[in-house]
Amino acid sequence: MTVAMRPAASACPACSAAPAAEALADAAQPSDVNIVLSLPSIHCAACISGVEGLLGATDGVRGARVNLTLKRAQIDAAPGTTAQDLIKVLENAGFEAHELDSTALRATETDKAGRDLLMRLAVAGFAAMNVMLLSVAVWSGAEGPTRDMFHWISAAIALPTIAFSAQPFFKHAWTALRAGRLNMDVPISLAILLALGTSLWETSLSGEHAYFDAAITLTFFLLAGRYLDHRTRAAARSAAEELAALEVPRVSRVTDTSDGAAEEQVPASELAIGDLIRVRPGGRMPVDGDIVDGQSELDRSLLTGETRPIYAGPGATVSAGEVNLTGPLTIRASAVGRDTSLHRMADLVAVAESGRSRYTSLADKAAKLYAPGVHILSALAFAGWFVYTLDLRTALNIAAAVLIITCPCALGLAVPAVTTAASGRLFRKGLLIKESTALERMAQVDTVVFDKTGTLTAGAPQVVNLNDHARRELGIALALADGSSHPLSQSLARAIRTAGIAPAKLGNITELPGHGTQATWQGQTVQLGRASWVGGGQSPDTCAWLRVGDTVAEPFRFADQIRDGAEALVTRLQENGYDVILMSGDTTQAVEAFATRLGIAKWIAEALPEDKAAKVADLTYQGHRVLMVGDGLNDTAALAGAHASISPATALDAARVASDVVLLGQSLDPISDALDTSRTAIRRIRQNFRIATWYNIIAVPLAVAGLCSPLIAALAMSTSSITVSLNALRLK
Amino acid sequence: MNVLAYLIPVSLILGGIGLAAFVFTVKSRQYEDPEGAAQRILSDDYDDHPKP
Repeated sequence: MTVAMRPAASACPACSAAPAAEALADAAQPSDVNIVLSLPSIHCAACISGVEGLLGATDGVRGARVNLTLKRAQIDAAPGTTAQDLIKVLENAGFEAHELDSTALRATETDKAGRDLLMRLAVAGFAAMNVMLLSVAVWSGAEGPTRDMFHWISAAIALPTIAFSAQPFFKHAWTALRAGRLNMDVPISLAILLALGTSLWETSLSGEHAYFDAAITLTFFLLAGRYLDHRTRAAARSAAEELAALEVPRVSRVTDTSDGAAEEQVPASELAIGDLIRVRPGGRMPVDGDIVDGQSELDRSLLTGETRPIYAGPGATVSAGEVNLTGPLTIRASAVGRDTSLHRMADLVAVAESGRSRYTSLADKAAKLYAPGVHILSALAFAGWFVYTLDLRTALNIAAAVLIITCPCALGLAVPAVTTAASGRLFRKGLLIKESTALERMAQVDTVVFDKTGTLTAGAPQVVNLNDHARRELGIALALADGSSHPLSQSLARAIRTAGIAPAKLGNITELPGHGTQATWQGQTVQLGRASWVGGGQSPDTCAWLRVGDTVAEPFRFADQIRDGAEALVTRLQENGYDVILMSGDTTQAVEAFATRLGIAKWIAEALPEDKAAKVADLTYQGHRVLMVGDGLNDTAALAGAHASISPATALDAARVASDVVLLGQSLDPISDALDTSRTAIRRIRQNFRIATWYNIIAVPLAVAGLCSPLIAALAMSTSSITVSLNALRLK
Repeated sequence: MNVLAYLIPVSLILGGIGLAAFVFTVKSRQYEDPEGAAQRILSDDYDDHPKP
């Protein structure tokens, strides 16, 4: 590809020198780094030139190119340049940027299948136009040798075109036949080949009717359907891959060398049991293990649904997927890769998923009815006419006409045209449809099950009792909270600052990871931290305690903030007749309070992952179609077992993989849109099937009666395909 | 009818040129960033390298 883009011999010496210099540099330093950044906020020409200009002016960057469609930048840089440096440059200028794992993106970069289909589509389109031009001349009355010549020219265009463009159909049909099955591609291939064969025969006998145009237009329309289908899936796949690539799987391994401990960055896949790993605050545990050194708090909400951070010190066991909150931890790996608890959960998912793969899509159902029907009809027409006239040529011509007329142009477009329009519409609202049958399954849903933490709540705790404290205490709390990166501290600091209070002047602020922050204020010791450390009492809520000198410790109570649009969504779903259930691994008290706040009557608390999956299976057994919305590892099995599933983009990788739809934005609002759109989409698909059937009902008797001319075939085929596509566009 | 001897090859060749041009654009990956291409025409920077 690069060869085509570089000018081979340019008139301008600078142009030809630049690639040569680049090539030299490549040869001298083979370890050039290729960095891919995600730029979610770019949207215009100024953003493109801004980002490219900034990156181009950065040291070490050899070339930068922004792709606005994917909202990504590709950067070629000198060895030693890190993504962090570039992200800093961009963020200083106001562009949000995240590093993407370039190895995880490889698959989308080379969309060979898409380009291949597009090429075949273009060739078919070119040939269809030319052959149609010649056919119009024949239909409008060309006679004798002229007609024969036009037919021969059509044949000369059609044969190589079909040989190239229709290959995907032939290949699929052949694999299906070899496996002893019938799929949509078998009648398609048969129709194309039979049309070509009889037309050649007719042309050689100077016959009146030739179906070269029909064979090519058929290929063109069907390829258009395939291409649309591919585009939708490729777009979803690339976006899903981007989500996965956002988590760069690199960990810092601690190695003992002669001159003390050293840290090196290695891919998570290279870790072995017994390795020492350093996990910094904010980092996620890459493996299961035991803490060797350091004290901190762990956020286990993705695994268990508990909102309250857990204290962790040396000797404690950690599981992959937990997030380290305060202090750096050194852990010794006890299980890596596929053996971690994170991956063991995958077995649960595999079991649950086998149920869903049994779902047959509407298109498959249609194909199952359609393929044998068409073959029988055409064979009957052939046999009938052969017995009636004893003329093989007439009988074969009519059989070919029947196959061409019934050929599933409209059927082939009916589903992909609608799903493309619907997924495009939902994508603009921030929903990513990952599975091709997700829309159909969502349309059948009657029960919606929500997870609490991280799904209905934003996963970020908010302080609720700020007014219980004096301004002076708030000032001290603010100064203490500023000294820590713990999420509770940060949330508290933000809330106090918003209330317009300035921090108090403190001395020797020190953070004790896993406990809290301590300082001196006017000769007194002040502390902000866990109850056991500060000396606070018991409280059902998540609390941070503040003690000033020898006074009694005062709690700052926190509650998880409801996610944007959650209340509206629950109300709307209930109004529309959906059964809404809340299922959480959190404590009964917390779940009950939350359910009352949102008006959800059915809730289950302290649910283990198995309980959630079992409840979903139970509902399914009772005949309900369940939509599961969840984000944690503890929801994964339930997500996979439900009839359809949605997870937010902040969810754990495993949960996103298990769900059909990923919610990209912060708000939950699009979920009810998704349900509405999926219902409309299914209505449109059914309408399309009906339109296609009506065309067949009108045209098939004509074909069987031997009254179908190539003109009628072309008209029926094109109008039905175009009506179906237009009907799908109404969804936009 | 002799005019057909010119017109048919001419129409095929013209169409063929269009097809060849399209195949070239697909092969050189010019459809990878349709939105970016639409926006870049508004930018003043001269832009002659498709992708590093």
